[in-house]
Amino acid sequence: MVESKQQWKAWLYLSPAIVLLLIFTVWPIINTVRMAFLNGYSGLAAVGGESFSFGIDNFKKVIEYKRFITCLKNTCVLCFVTVPLSTILALLVSVALNSIKPFQKVLQTIFFLPYVTNSIAIGMVFAAMFNIVGSAFGTPNQIIVTAGIVNNVIEFFGGTAVNWINSGSTHLANMTVMIIYIVWNALPFKILILLGGMQSINKQYYDAARVDGSTRRRIFARITVPLLSPMIAYVVITGFIGGFKEYTSIVGIFGADMGPAGAKGSMNTMVGFIYDALSSNSQGRASAAALILFGIILIATLINLWVSKKRVHY
Amino acid sequence: MKVVLENLTKIFPSRNKKSNEEVVAVNNFSFEIPDGKLVGLLGPSGCGKSTTLYMICGLQKLSGGKIYFGEDDVTDLPPEHRGVGLVFQNYALYPHMTVKQNILYPLQNLKGADKLSKEEMLSRTEEVARLVQIDGLLDRKPSEMSGGQQQRVAIARALVKMPRVLLLDEPLSNLDARLRLQTREEIRRIQKETGITTVFVTHDQEEAMSISDIIVVMKKGIIQQIDEPQKVYDDPANLFVAKFLGTPPINVFEGEVKEGMLFLGDDPVMRVSSVADQPVWVGIRPEGFILDENGPLHCSLEGVEVMGRDVSVVSEHAASQNPVVRSIISAESHIDTASPVIRYSLKPNKVFLFHKETEERLL
Repeated sequence: MVESKQQWKAWLYLSPAIVLLLIFTVWPIINTVRMAFLNGYSGLAAVGGESFSFGIDNFKKVIEYKRFITCLKNTCVLCFVTVPLSTILALLVSVALNSIKPFQKVLQTIFFLPYVTNSIAIGMVFAAMFNIVGSAFGTPNQIIVTAGIVNNVIEFFGGTAVNWINSGSTHLANMTVMIIYIVWNALPFKILILLGGMQSINKQYYDAARVDGSTRRRIFARITVPLLSPMIAYVVITGFIGGFKEYTSIVGIFGADMGPAGAKGSMNTMVGFIYDALSSNSQGRASAAALILFGIILIATLINLWVSKKRVHY
Repeated sequence: MKVVLENLTKIFPSRNKKSNEEVVAVNNFSFEIPDGKLVGLLGPSGCGKSTTLYMICGLQKLSGGKIYFGEDDVTDLPPEHRGVGLVFQNYALYPHMTVKQNILYPLQNLKGADKLSKEEMLSRTEEVARLVQIDGLLDRKPSEMSGGQQQRVAIARALVKMPRVLLLDEPLSNLDARLRLQTREEIRRIQKETGITTVFVTHDQEEAMSISDIIVVMKKGIIQQIDEPQKVYDDPANLFVAKFLGTPPINVFEGEVKEGMLFLGDDPVMRVSSVADQPVWVGIRPEGFILDENGPLHCSLEGVEVMGRDVSVVSEHAASQNPVVRSIISAESHIDTASPVIRYSLKPNKVFLFHKETEERLL
């Protein structure tokens, strides 16, 4: 009797959270699945009283889109390049930070700054750094105001300026800028996690390893990395999940056109594709794409977990 | 390999920036450890014994002095070039490696002429595992082993590279009482079998007494006494050493020498012709009391604790510095527990006199 009363109370206390979750999380998920499997579903048409047959047309359409393949390719390239690269860099930076005494706090703060900065703002700064104002690649009569800081540096060292993000730039150059930007943006969080993990490793392991005659490199490979492996796994898994959802960074540098002028959408990603579908009132297509993205993230995470089961020492 | 410590000094700078107080952890420590001996560094916590060990090991830099292994000056060598094996207090076994990988690890670090083939490494590992009797556990992880087994792995890891000196930091403090007895015998056996010069640190006097060839008693970074365990017990250099060694602890009295006679309170207990008249500290080992109806020392009887072979008599005396006077008497002797007073005479070789100010030994 008392027990059932308490249970009733428990549900009462939980109800605000449950109601919000049901309305804003559970129902949208169910609705997404529903919309994805209604052929050619459109919210506007639905309001107009149109009915839709059940089927997988949305998925077929999504996969047939050439744009979708571009988006998928861009997302995968960004993901598989930036996550390992930023993890390795973060690991090296944390080891370096951990091994110095003076300025550690100051450097830590500097490395952490990107984390507290708005990513659109960072994107605009990056865009300015890589931007060419005026035209280096037009007629000789056109005045070049600046080739961008990055190009200034390249030219200072005797290289030739590269058209990074302006009209006529190559896909490779665009990708390079994006990778540099995403890696730099992803570093602080990873450094924070890895440095924290490193500082919680018992110093005696390092003393023992020193007495055992280990070189620094061996200590890193055989002691630090294995003992840090739970943190590394965490950083890699969340990195992949974040990577597959890459969108704002592209907007930050290329704007809503998702590509350099003249090659609109060439840098678009999965999430960008979903937004585009939504804005053209094709909720069915957007839902299908969202489910595909969900499937990809799920598979990637499962692979990550499977690998970490073998490689991570808890 | 003999180990010579010459004027070893370690000064830690003050942590507090305002006060410039430095902490002298080890003060002018000179001592020669003979080849193949087991030496126990004994002292209360904070006496600098672990610091001394870490200086021998090379993990702590010296503030002054020299360290020689045999004829080699190793003072400025980093730990990896000293050829020492160190067993940490909490073992510091690499948790992600199996026992075998843990023991192999120091061998895999060997370079140049010392480099071993895979087969040699494995045979060395198995050999040392047999020595410490963990040969059946090589594929386990440290977390899957008991404290005693982990301790053995730690010793095996320290021994596998055939160190010139083996160093043990509080090797038994993480073990339960029974395992401690067993493991200290084990350490003794392994040390005897390998003949490696061994230094170990402990705050447990019983542990140090039972397995060391030589005991070094330390207090506040200064050596108090260096000798064989029995000699340190029988012949303490000062009041600190006398108080630190022995269970039950030594009974300390405030006494006075007057005209060649030692007085405890009003009781004239012993003739001491060689000590000038002065107030003194008197230490009497629990086994230094003899039941004697006409004995000179009067104590008020509090109780008797039977310990089987012996009985421990608890009594009080006005001059005693300990809360109670505890004596150990053979169980056969008859004690009248109804009597309020118990009288003792003393065994002169169990009575030590110490200077009142310096606490140095007088007799």
